[in-house]
Amino acid sequence: MRTERIRNLVGGIIAIVVTGIIFLVPFIFILLTAMKTREEANLLEFGWPVGDFRLLENVIEVLQIRDYTVVRAFINSSILTVFSVSIMVVLAAMVGWTLQRRQSRWNGLINMLVLAGLIIPPAVVPTIFVMKTLGIFATMPGLILVEIAFGLSFCILLFRAFAATVPREIDEAAIIDGAGPIRLFFQFAFPLLRSVIVTVIVVQSVFVFNDFAAPLYFAPGAENVTVQLSLYNFQSQYFTSYNLLFTDILLITVPPLILYIFFNKQIVAGLTSGAVKG
Amino acid sequence: MTTTLPPRERTDNPHPDSQPSRKEKKRRAKRDPFAFAYPGWFYAPAGIIYGILFLFPTIISFYFAFTRWNLSSAEFIGFDNFVTFFTQERLFRGFINTLIFGALTSFAKVVLGLLLAVVLTSGIFARGYLRAVVFFPVLVSTIGVGVTFKILFDPFDGLVNEALAVIGITGPNWLTDPNMAIYSIAIVDIWKGVGLAALIYIAGVVAIPSDYYEAARVDGSNAWHSFWHITLPLVRPATITVVILSLIGGLRTFDLIWTMTSGGPGFASDTIASVIYKQYAAGYYGLSTAGNVILFVLVTAIVLPIYIFLNRKSKEL
Repeated sequence: MRTERIRNLVGGIIAIVVTGIIFLVPFIFILLTAMKTREEANLLEFGWPVGDFRLLENVIEVLQIRDYTVVRAFINSSILTVFSVSIMVVLAAMVGWTLQRRQSRWNGLINMLVLAGLIIPPAVVPTIFVMKTLGIFATMPGLILVEIAFGLSFCILLFRAFAATVPREIDEAAIIDGAGPIRLFFQFAFPLLRSVIVTVIVVQSVFVFNDFAAPLYFAPGAENVTVQLSLYNFQSQYFTSYNLLFTDILLITVPPLILYIFFNKQIVAGLTSGAVKG
Repeated sequence: MTTTLPPRERTDNPHPDSQPSRKEKKRRAKRDPFAFAYPGWFYAPAGIIYGILFLFPTIISFYFAFTRWNLSSAEFIGFDNFVTFFTQERLFRGFINTLIFGALTSFAKVVLGLLLAVVLTSGIFARGYLRAVVFFPVLVSTIGVGVTFKILFDPFDGLVNEALAVIGITGPNWLTDPNMAIYSIAIVDIWKGVGLAALIYIAGVVAIPSDYYEAARVDGSNAWHSFWHITLPLVRPATITVVILSLIGGLRTFDLIWTMTSGGPGFASDTIASVIYKQYAAGYYGLSTAGNVILFVLVTAIVLPIYIFLNRKSKEL
């Protein structure tokens, strides 16, 4: 027993060192470079800043660049994430719930469409064509709708799986009490789905916030810029100021880190469902 | 990265008595006195958005892929776009790279993910911390990761080659060597995604009843035997999830390629997804859409059979 404990301790320490080098060093490098002056950062050394400690000044400078582009990008990304995720959650919950509860000959087709939404890569130019026809190309509402369309399938699968664990007796009691479909869903079902709702919100927020391709294709234009696009544009313009570039990366890495610290359990639950049962 | 969970058919049913035959199902649906409580129009709002912005564009892509197209008019040109795609080296390379990238990243994520999961479910010290460290890159912006590694991979000043130089290895020109670039990007993709694979495998390994291992130990099985004959067969559902998820992500990969090399040097690290973008940006909408159709067919042709095959196998067990 004692040898096993020693082996676990030694193994753990080796693992801490190895994963530290592989997984943590890049993040520490981001943080360190973001603290440095421009001259020092451009040396690309891995080390504590020997010159001035400039993190705060760098953050302020990054935010001010090109008439507060980064600030605008954060506002846009927040709007995009909040609206698309909240609409997605309600609509997907309605579908997942009904799909699990209602037996009909359409179920097979709907399940197939849900799978298609996960597997099939979106057709880029035809989507732009449809959006232009509807007059929503390069607009924030258009981008929100696209994110909803692409994210629905994943949410529906989680909701359908979770709805199966809610006993049907609860519905039946509510129906006998005179609840119609809308009251049954929003007043009775929705609260019961709370834990999966939190999971879906957190996971989808990370996906939408980190999404690059959809804003790139469907919302060009400076006024629609999202954080991922701003970072992408930033790297080609500020490759001579690594301190600012890495400060920008740091700023964009912080929101997922905060979500991860608070919602670790929900994220893990959302991403591993389906790993145990086939 | 748009990581989505792969398609999982849920077979667990809360009502064990409600797995009836098709006929039985029909009869019940008719008699179900509560059917009115789950109206079909609940599908409508989601269905409209999905139909207009995903399904409809996908369907019309099969027409526009055969045209020369400028959004206002389309001229039917038969298979010309596809011929162009498969005969021009700069486009076809994207097709080959997509296959290499998808196969390599999925394979590595299965092997390394399972290895990490076995280590991280043992009694090892600082287990929770290690899991968190391995998983965190999954949540970080792909663009941020791409930009960071582009700089870490710098052949002269980059941290990776400086570290390799310390132990006496001359690092390769990760992103500037045409024969190396796509593999370097794959390494970064594996770095970013292996945490998710490990997480899925951990959920699978934890679900295996410990009696099996105890019984095996009583029978004199060593650790390797237990892994090979108990863990490996019983984490099959997790393997299916990891393989399908990695393939869906890997075959569609765009963000990382675009940030790190933009498909370069030249077109050496293009994938189908980056070719689609380049052709779109150049105004060749028909060709870009043909790329989309090729990607659609490729992803479906690879993922669907694997999904069906692996699922059938797991039901036999």
